[in-house]
Amino acid sequence: MNALLSITGVSRRFGGYLALNDISCDVAAGHVHALIGPNGAGKTTLFNILSGILRPTSGRIAFEGRDYTGRRPDQVLKMGIARNFQHVRLIRGLSVGENVMIGAHAWIDRGMVGNALALLGLSSAERAAAEQARELLDFVGVGGKRREPLELPLADQRRVEIARALASRPRLLLLDEPAAGMTPVEVNELASLIRRIRDREVTVLLVEHHIRLIMEIADNVTVLSAGSIIAGGPPRVVQRDPAVIAAYLGTSDEPAFST
Amino acid sequence: MLSSYWESVAIFTGVNCLMGLSLYIPMMAGLISLGQGGFMAVGAYVCALLTRADVPFGLALAAGGGAAAAAGVIVGTPALRIRGIYVMILTLGFGEIVRVFFATFEPTGGASGLGGIRPLTELWHVVVACAAALLLVCRIRRIRLGRALIAIHEDDVAAEAMGINLTRTKLLSFALGALIAGIAGGLYAHQALFIDANQFDFMRSAVTFLYVILGGAGNPFGPVLGATIVTLLPEMLRVVQDWRMTIFGTLLVGMAVWRPDGLLSALRPRGA
Amino acid sequence: MLLQQLVNGVMLGSTYALVAIGYTLIFGVLRLLHLAHGEVFMVGAFAGLQLVLLWHFGPLVALIGGLVGAALLGMLLELVAFRPIRRRGNSHLAPIVSTLGAGLVIQELMSKYFGAEQSAFPSDLHSLSYDLGPVAVTGTQMFIVGAAAVSMIVLHLLVTRTRYGMALRAASDNIEVASILGINADTLILLTFALASALAGIAGVLVGLNFSAISPYMGIDMGIKGMAVMLIGGLGSIYGAMLGGLILGLGEVLSVAYLESAYRDAFTFGLMILILIVRPSGLFRTGLYPQR
Repeated sequence: MNALLSITGVSRRFGGYLALNDISCDVAAGHVHALIGPNGAGKTTLFNILSGILRPTSGRIAFEGRDYTGRRPDQVLKMGIARNFQHVRLIRGLSVGENVMIGAHAWIDRGMVGNALALLGLSSAERAAAEQARELLDFVGVGGKRREPLELPLADQRRVEIARALASRPRLLLLDEPAAGMTPVEVNELASLIRRIRDREVTVLLVEHHIRLIMEIADNVTVLSAGSIIAGGPPRVVQRDPAVIAAYLGTSDEPAFST
Repeated sequence: MLSSYWESVAIFTGVNCLMGLSLYIPMMAGLISLGQGGFMAVGAYVCALLTRADVPFGLALAAGGGAAAAAGVIVGTPALRIRGIYVMILTLGFGEIVRVFFATFEPTGGASGLGGIRPLTELWHVVVACAAALLLVCRIRRIRLGRALIAIHEDDVAAEAMGINLTRTKLLSFALGALIAGIAGGLYAHQALFIDANQFDFMRSAVTFLYVILGGAGNPFGPVLGATIVTLLPEMLRVVQDWRMTIFGTLLVGMAVWRPDGLLSALRPRGA
Repeated sequence: MLLQQLVNGVMLGSTYALVAIGYTLIFGVLRLLHLAHGEVFMVGAFAGLQLVLLWHFGPLVALIGGLVGAALLGMLLELVAFRPIRRRGNSHLAPIVSTLGAGLVIQELMSKYFGAEQSAFPSDLHSLSYDLGPVAVTGTQMFIVGAAAVSMIVLHLLVTRTRYGMALRAASDNIEVASILGINADTLILLTFALASALAGIAGVLVGLNFSAISPYMGIDMGIKGMAVMLIGGLGSIYGAMLGGLILGLGEVLSVAYLESAYRDAFTFGLMILILIVRPSGLFRTGLYPQR
């Protein structure tokens, strides 16, 4: 089976500190793939590399068979990979709808002519982006809410950010701790949202600490600890792996987490 | 109608409003240009030279704006990979280069300046230009470009991750701002009838910055308000005329300490 | 002849360096572009001039007067135009606006008081002359180079050997760290403004001696050049500012001597643009320039 996303031998150094050590991993199309590990394991660093914000010190990353190591974030987005951020980064100066429309920035580009038409209010691309924004806000469950992004509760802000990422029509969605700070009810809603995203044929690579969420929705799990991969496989298998348990707890005979 | 003195004042006010709007666009993206005077100079000289060669005024204005926009792209290019402070220093330096250039370039008069410019600017030209510029700026806010500028200003990492090409967008904002400044320069030249490099020096750029800061950088009417106050006040009060820079400088310090968002936002109550 | 030009270049370059170091100190600690720094330089020059004109003191006293006058002004600026904004901490634009405004005020006040024209800066040093091999060096030139050199050495010692200097370097990373070293952040900032301004004041007197004239508008030109030097040397790097200043001074003098004088300013900004395109982080990387 061809992997949608291929990470090969990726390492990242910050000065003397080795954050990622020779990471290799494949994400299959149509999967929800989870990336877990204790704090400081390098998960967000890996995400920043996958989305083009950071360059790996060594190694390669490929999407749909094409090497894209070193591409800029906006180029990565245009290839079909979108992301959210661990600490929500919505644009305060824009309304909720406009934040989502930002996600469509790349595909509604019609060049200078398009800009001119848009100035005159005659752009079909603008209308399409606005329509898509409305639809996506409904899809993530924030439809019809107020206009100021920072006045929304955190869970809704996260949903808006996901809608923004989806607005770019990605084939791979990188979610960095989307469930952080959510109540159990909200986590359930998030799980259902991720399933619906997968049903739309968007592959999801998910960094999370909510083990229950992972057990429910992940098809595949990769475990990162101190910059290296220590385990990988279906959730149930990984859950029982002693190396994983040791990484989270020190050493223990009990499973590190139960569902 | 207005007496010819007050008509002249109105024209200069309009020119200054255009300058304020010219800075507003790059500032939407967080790019603070302290060199708008340089773009104004390019537009003024190009336009004046063209009308001297009997080119119709409208065409000459457009050409002046176009030349300024090209300069905007040239200046903007090194500014792409840099942020905040660097942009200010770079644009400041550009403004100085332009000033030195026109002060030493003999074909355009050098230190003696360019005189004998035809008095082609009329009040309605300036009014139309201002209205058009305001409309442009307001519309930009509503479309893709405006959203991108605001996103870049607030969080360029997130903006880039959402597919915004920082380079192209920043260059476009520089070019648009320079275009408006160039047209302002052309209108200015054909009202002042004589231009030299010193009329477009750092003070010009600094005062343009003052318009935006005074009126507020959050709203297109801010620079217009700022430009109007700064231009009209010395006309109304003699004492302000003599101590213009001191008063404006003090205003800037006061605004920075008490009203960093500008006068306009102070007048509007914060929405719930 | 070339040697003569080199001496001129070093003289000019040291004054640029002194001003640029001031910008760098303040930017390093506060991430602030101090747009009134050029005016502080100018006030230092006038303070020195007053001592010479009123009481006929020599250049050394003028230098001290310029140093002190500028330092006082710098501290006043910090207290009035910067500290209140720092307290609020919300806008990144406000400090720039404030220092710009303060600069405008200072310039116009000085221009009203001293007249907008140039004032002569008299000195007995002009008549002294020494022969160093193939080069004849005037007393003025020796004084300028000597004073600049001493200033930079003192600065170097301050930054590397004192507790203040240690706090300064720590604060360049993170202003909170200064308090761990037992130095109050407010005091540190005030001292930094004083030090930066003192250097600018010294430069002001030296420039006055060099050109035998000063004007209330000399601050703009030097202000811009100082910023350009800071950029060329690398944001936040004191040694970069020194080197950048020397390069700029030499370049300007040589381009005036061997090309046309009109190209003087073109050299400055051409170099600045070249650096921005080729090596935007400047000659010395300090990590303050955002890299990917």
